[in-house]
Formats: sequence, structure tokens, C-alpha cells
Amino acid sequence: MKKEIRFWNGSIAVSEGAIVAGCRFFAGYPITPASDIAEYMALRLPQEDGIFIQMEDEIASIAALLGASWGGAKVMTSTSGPGFSLMQENVGLAAVTETPLVIAEVQRAGPSTGMPTLVGQGDVMQSRWGSHGDYETIVISPSSPQESFDLVIRAFNLAELYRVPVIFLMDECIAHMSERVVIPPKEEIEVVERIKPNVSPEKYMPFQPVNDIAPMATAGMGYRVHVTGLTHNEKGYPMTTSPEVQEWMVRHICDKIRKNEHKIRDIEEYRMEDAEIAIVAFGIVGRSAKAAVKMARRHRIKAGLIRLKTIWPFPESYFESMADSIKKFIVAEINYGQIKLEVERAVHGKASVELLPKFGGAVHQPMEIYQKIKEVKNGN
Amino acid sequence: MKTEIRFAGYGGQGIILMGNIAAKAAVLYDGKNAVYTPSYGPEARGGAASSNVIIADEEIDYPYVTSIDVLVAMSQLGYENNAPILKDNGLLIIDSDLVRLKNGAGKVAKIQATRIAEQLGKRIVANIVMLGFFTAVTEVISYGSMKKAVLESVPAKYKELNEKALEMGYKEGMKWQE
Repeated sequence: MKKEIRFWNGSIAVSEGAIVAGCRFFAGYPITPASDIAEYMALRLPQEDGIFIQMEDEIASIAALLGASWGGAKVMTSTSGPGFSLMQENVGLAAVTETPLVIAEVQRAGPSTGMPTLVGQGDVMQSRWGSHGDYETIVISPSSPQESFDLVIRAFNLAELYRVPVIFLMDECIAHMSERVVIPPKEEIEVVERIKPNVSPEKYMPFQPVNDIAPMATAGMGYRVHVTGLTHNEKGYPMTTSPEVQEWMVRHICDKIRKNEHKIRDIEEYRMEDAEIAIVAFGIVGRSAKAAVKMARRHRIKAGLIRLKTIWPFPESYFESMADSIKKFIVAEINYGQIKLEVERAVHGKASVELLPKFGGAVHQPMEIYQKIKEVKNGN
Repeated sequence: MKTEIRFAGYGGQGIILMGNIAAKAAVLYDGKNAVYTPSYGPEARGGAASSNVIIADEEIDYPYVTSIDVLVAMSQLGYENNAPILKDNGLLIIDSDLVRLKNGAGKVAKIQATRIAEQLGKRIVANIVMLGFFTAVTEVISYGSMKKAVLESVPAKYKELNEKALEMGYKEGMKWQE
């Protein structure tokens, strides 16, 4: 097979990528600016012998994903901020029941109903801890239709590998812009399947980790499973008065992600080899920042770009070691400082960290970032 | 070499499709880098609509149009809203039945795209007439590529009509070139 070239927007690219990754179940509820994904999946999934359901709301949509995932399917929904808020209860249920699923969250400017048709990146923290209690998620941010295709495949792989909800955190403009998308030959695309039990049904424990992750039996395989949102032991039985089991369970659902952060980590570095000032950005802002770095380099300013393709788990040790050589970080994001605080925490005071915010409705222009680079350079 | 193009008109004229087709032609058939961004707002038919295309030989980082090389205006508002960011040496293309120019317009190419479409029997193909004209006048995208992209983007039963519309516009553009 040869590679194929398409002209797709981010919504189509993420849908086609999901199908390549094996997604055959989608339940969702329309919301601007994410409806294009649901509309496209409604067309495509039946052609792939998959199932598309428009549910009565977002709460039911993600509930359906949990059920279908335990039924053995690879599953996805799409939504935007307000709908994602409604899904949070069951994001927590997915985390605690260790259910693989992918949520394509096309961010718009918030809070609340905010600016439905316009860009925002204010759901960074929501995607990490929008539900109650201690848990970890994996959050991925694409900056082009090409990455919407490539990285959503990775999102599915990570969801299946770590048995965790993965949030595919898109920007409104990435969903709507169209560009060249190169589809590699099928044999060059890595698709990961979830680990299934190979012990007898009598010996199987659905939440007993083997090398960090518990093999997952699904309906029809002949294993007995008990799936509950209550604190549960390795058998899946509720243990609602045992602090010891609670500790074991919470440590497990968090540590399986925290311990593997370096494997999950995905960062693009641009002109960082001799950089003195680093711009930190993700999604659409990564593109403005790259243009700004090119401007700075033309003016002999040693600037570079650190673009986060995975946002959570946060690459703390990466930033800590970068701060040995980089003394000035600028975080450009379309919110009032969510990643900025993480970078600041990670560098342990070894470098200055400045925020260049946008508040939603517009993307940083390269010139604005370049001006900030100059300002920071001339700061001392 | 980088060309920033904006198509502007009102909702219902097929303005969004114009940008999409032009960028698709550049990427899939001319093998260039291009990015297409629609203006994405709450408007429906009748509201201001625009779509944007950047075509470049190099990698396109920032995907938005900031200063326009080619402005294609199919409404008075589309012209007035966008003329201020048209480059001094930029090209303005208008449907001369729909846009009245103000003083100080620079290089202008005029076509009665909607009228030509009406003569073809379907006013709705005015956007494709305009795309044909745009192709000839700007030479940013090859005619063959544009034709492929148009035919791929329209319903099968209207292919002939759209092909005709594109050709009529293109011929008008060739006349302007002379």
C-alpha cells in the first residue's frame, strides 16, 4: 500500500484517525464547535460496521461509551466545554473503573456557554481534574489536521494500553481548518489492542495489575466481572469502609500514569539547540509561536519553541532539566494561565516563567509573541 | 512565495465552498502547501460570510490571513469590511453588479459573475463563475487543478453546469488578462 494524500479539516481527520485506530462505537450529543465530528462519524461508522448513537445528552453519551467499552469496543465521543462539564461524573467513573475511552473535546471560549463558535484553551485543567476525587487522565493536543489524524490513533492506543480515559483536546480552529493530511500505508500505523486475561475464569481478577495494568475481560469472554464506581479491591468488589483498599486503588489509578509519564510524553522542540528563551505552547498557539521563533531568529535572538503534544501527565522532569540551560520561559496560551503555573512549578525557581495570555475568541498573532520575546530578552 | 486570499460575500452565495475548493486544488492537484480557514460564526444565510486561503511554497505556520494579496468580494459589505487590509499592491476582484467601489481602489478586476450564472440558468453557480475568473486573473492555481477540485466538490448531476460556469468565468478572466 502507498501513502494517500487528503485535504481534510481537523474534524474529519480526527474521525478518520479514530476509525483507523479501531473505533467502532460513537455516542454523542451535538454541540458547537464539535458537532462536525459527530455528523461525520454518523456517516462513516455504519460504513465500517460500527455503531453511531445520538444520545439524549452528554451524560448519557459517555455512559454509553463505558458500556460499549466493557462490551469490547474501542469507543469515542466528541463534545465541547459545556458538554464536557456534563460528562465529568462519568469521566470519574471511567477513571475508577479503568475503562478505555477517548473524548474529542473541541474547546471553545468559556466559562459556561461563553463564545460557542470561537477559539479558547481554557479546558486544560478541566481535562485533568474536572471530576471529583483523585485520578489521572491522559490529554493530547494536536496543532493541525495532520496531527488530529496521527495523534488520535495514539490517543486510542494509550487509552487501551493504560485503561484510562484519554481526552483529545482540540482547538475550535484546528477542527475547522483544512490542510494536507498524509495517510501512511496501513502497515506503518501502529494500533494497540487492550490486554486481555489469559488465566482461567476462576483465577481472574479484573483489577489486579500485571506490570501496572490489569488485563481487561469484556462481556462475552466468559469471565465474571463486577464493575462499580465504589472503592473496590482487585476483584472489583466494593470495599467502602477500608482506607487501605482506598489507598491501594487511588495509588494504582494515579501511579500507572505518573510512573509512565516519560513514555507517554510527546513534545516537539523547534530551534531549542541553542535557545536562551523558550516559548511553551500547545495546539493552535504552537503554530503562532513557531512563526514568532522564526521572526526572532531572523533578528538574531536565540528563541526556541517547546510544543506540548501531550499536556497531561505534565512532563515535570522535562521542564526541570530544561531549566538548567533555559533561564526564560514564556507560556503562550488562550487562557489566563493554566499551563503557566505547571511550568512554574516544574522549574523550581531555576528560571523565570512569564505568561502571554489570550482570553478566547482570538489566537495569538506571531507578532505578539515576537514582541513578548523581545520584551523578555531586554528585561535584563 | 506566499499568497493570502479572502473570499467575502454573504451567507448562501457559496463563499465557504469557494475557499475550500481553491485550497483543495492547490494542495491535492498543484502539490502546494495551503491552508483553508472558514470564518466560523453564528451567522446563517444572509449574514456576512468569508473564507480564507493561504497558498505557499514553504510551510505555513500561522494559518490566518492578516494582510490580503487577493480579495474576492461578492457583496458590498464583503468589500468594505476587508478592503482596509488589502495590500497596497494587492488585487481586488469584484462582482461589479454587487459591489460599488469607493475612491482610491487600486488594481481591480471586475466580472458580472452573478449575471453570468443567471444566464446559465442557475444563480447559485455564481461562486464557480467567480472561481474561474479568479483562476485566470491570479494564476495562483492552475486551471486544470481548479477544474478537478470543482468537479469533485459539487453534486454529480450538476457537474456539467459547474464545469460550464467555471469555463465562462475563466474566459472572462483571460479577456481581462489581455
